[in-house]
This record gives sequence, C-alpha cells and structure tokens, in this order.
Amino acid sequence: MSEVKFISPETIEQAVDAYSKSSKEGKTKILAGGTDLLVQIRSGISQPDTIIDIKNIKELKEISNDNGSYTIGAAVAGAVLDEEEDFGNNWPGVLEALRLIGSEQIQGRASLGGNLCNASPAGDSVPALIASGATVKLQGPEGERNMPIESFHVGPGKTNLKNGEIVVNFQFPKKQKHSGDAYLRMIPRTEMDIAVVGCAVNVTIENDKCVDARVALGAVAPTALLVEDASKALIGSNFEKEAVEKAALACEAACNPIDDKRGTISYRKKVSKVLFKRALEKAIERAKRG
Amino acid sequence: MAKIQVKTKINGEETEFLCQPYDTVLDVLRRDLNMTGTKEVCSTGDCGACSITMDGRLVCSCLVLAAETEDKNIETIEGMAKNGNFNVLQKTFLEHAALQCGICTPGMLVAAKSLLEKNTNPTETEIRYWLAGNLCRCTGYDKIVKAVQAAAEEIRENA
Repeated sequence: MSEVKFISPETIEQAVDAYSKSSKEGKTKILAGGTDLLVQIRSGISQPDTIIDIKNIKELKEISNDNGSYTIGAAVAGAVLDEEEDFGNNWPGVLEALRLIGSEQIQGRASLGGNLCNASPAGDSVPALIASGATVKLQGPEGERNMPIESFHVGPGKTNLKNGEIVVNFQFPKKQKHSGDAYLRMIPRTEMDIAVVGCAVNVTIENDKCVDARVALGAVAPTALLVEDASKALIGSNFEKEAVEKAALACEAACNPIDDKRGTISYRKKVSKVLFKRALEKAIERAKRG
Repeated sequence: MAKIQVKTKINGEETEFLCQPYDTVLDVLRRDLNMTGTKEVCSTGDCGACSITMDGRLVCSCLVLAAETEDKNIETIEGMAKNGNFNVLQKTFLEHAALQCGICTPGMLVAAKSLLEKNTNPTETEIRYWLAGNLCRCTGYDKIVKAVQAAAEEIRENA
C-alpha cells in the first residue's frame, strides 16, 4: 500500500485546499462521524489514500440560532444536536429522523453532513431536511454556494458536489407560526434498521387551512424526493379526506423504488401512502400546538 | 509507512502511541496498549462490544480512527473499577447474573454507565433503547435490564 495520509485541518480553507489537491492525485475521503466510512474502509469498499478529518473545524461543529433561524454544522453529531432542546422544539421531524439512525453509540458520531454525503437513497435525515426547506452551504476552491437539499443528490452514492467542495452547514428557515414537521419510516423491526420507506411532512396552518406544505419521501427512488404534487394537493385545503387522498396518490406516483429483500416495489408504493398519511397527522398535530 | 504520533488521555492517564492512518482506537487499545477489556466482535458498529466514551460521548471504538483521538479524553472498561472497588454497575451485573459468556459485558457496562450519568431514573423502555446497540446472545437482556435498574436505584439512594 502506498502512503496513506491523515489530515485534520482547522479551517475550511485548509480543508478545501487539501481536498482539491489530493483528490486530483488519488482517492480522498472526508471523515465526519466515520460511521459509514470506517465500515467501508474495513470491508475494502473504500481504500482512500488521504483521509481528511473535518471535525477540528469550528464552523462544522457549530450550532447557532439567529432569531429562530438555525444553522447546524455539517459534523454535529446526533447526540449533540439532541441536547439542543430548542432545536427539537422547532424541528422535531428533523431531529427524530437524525436520531433514528443507528444506536446511541452511532449517535455519538453520526452527523447530518455525513448522512447527506453518504448519499444513500434510504438516509433517514434527508427527507426530513427536504421537508424542512433547509439549504446546505458548500465551500470549494471556487468559493461558497448554497443549495436546497432536494438538489444535492444525483443517484445512489452520487452528489452534486464539485471537486474539492465540502459541506459546511445546514441553514434552516425560520419556523413559521402554526407549522410542524414529522418524519416516519417503515422498518421490519423496531430499532436499528434501514428504511424501507421514509416520509417527512412539514405543514403550516392558518385558520384551519393549509397554507404551506412540503412532503418528501426516502428509500423509494434513487434519491430522496420532494413530492411537489403532494404539496399542491394539500395547500389551500382543510386537510379534507379528498385532498389527503390526492396527496397520498401523488406520493405513490412519485415512487420509483427497487425490488429487494427489504420490500417489493408494490409494497414500498403502498406503504408510501400509509406513511404519508400518518406523518401528515403528526405534523398537523404539532402545527396546531405551535 | 510513516506512523502517526498521537497523544491522548486514557482513563485519566496521559498516553502516547504510534498508529497507522487506518488503525481504529480498538486496534490500538487491544494490539498496542494491551488493554483487551474492550472487546472486538463485529468491527462495523453493530454490536457495541467495543463501546468506550470519548470526551464523555458513548461511541464504538471500532468506528473511531486512532489518529482522531489527539487531545481527547477516553474512558474504557479498565477505568471503571476505582482503587480495586467495583463500580455499582459491575456489582449489580454480578448480583443479577447479567452475563453468561461475558463478551458483551464490558460494552454493556460502559454503555449503561453512560446512560446513568445522563439519567439516574431511566424507564425500562429507555434502558432498552439506550442499550439497543449492545448485542447479547446469551442472557435474553432481561437480567441486564434488571441489573441496570438496580444500579440506578442504588445511585439514587446514595445521591
């Protein structure tokens, strides 16, 4: 084996510089929580010749709240975010999605940035991030840019990151009054499994009417999906049966799943409707509370 | 290959070691530091047998690179008994026969200790969820849960 380098930069600029140079010469991996990367290294799937640990960069570990708008560093671990009580009050759906990933041990390390960049179609936090309307800040050799989460993925394991670009943080919109989000996933057991279907819903209610809605699905297509037709069906409605049914059918229509041991195509499609309705109910309940 | 020099604190003691970039904390603990209390079972973060805490956070030592531990504070099972006296969890695990083959036990103890440091009055559900990342193929978990409950009770009584 040739020389493997381990780098732990302290600024974004140093990380971007090292990343863009080394990834021209060989295989470089960014190390956040390592809960996917170390397994890939151990199994031989990934054999990077440079590992860049980004956890010593202040911005990537920071949680800030600017008048109700949260910014969460890409490498903040689930267990750390869980202790930020007010974040969970604002975005319970995002927090519950992130906290569903793995055990408490995994939660001590796993991050939103890692879950996003690993780019699994079944990544639990991704649909919840999409539904929240969060954007991701990227920094690369050509500077900074922001991107909605739903534009980040290209396919399984593939992202829109350019050479040398890293994820810095997630920026959440200010939570609207009487809005609420929720994430539910279907797994065959009660804990520690990979989603067969995941669904996130974020709704805003005014005078019993739905004034805003974002619906996202995971594990039913090559990437997590923003289901705009479901949002359209809900906005302007009183969540009457017909509107909810129409939105559920839009979820089913958006599915383009694989057939595997976890779930068949027809099963995943059917479950997407059921899960959407349950997540919607939970989001409405939260929206009415605050 | 050039080795990486790391300075870290393990169970309160300043420790220095040399490691390769791909070495995990678990590799260094067991192979180089002769601290074999931390067990290696799955090496993929599924079983929790290699649980340690790093800066107070419960993690799988198989999923942490040794090179990442520079200036960190690591606690392993070897640091659990103090001055030859068992930690209350070690005592209640014995009293409740919460182990059979013993391979999962160090990880269980480290994980349970980390729970009780956060919450001295966990419900049975909270204990079971917290320990969901620690697999035991012998006990059926019931005795482990009872031992953690007993330890929690003792901690509350002595508070």
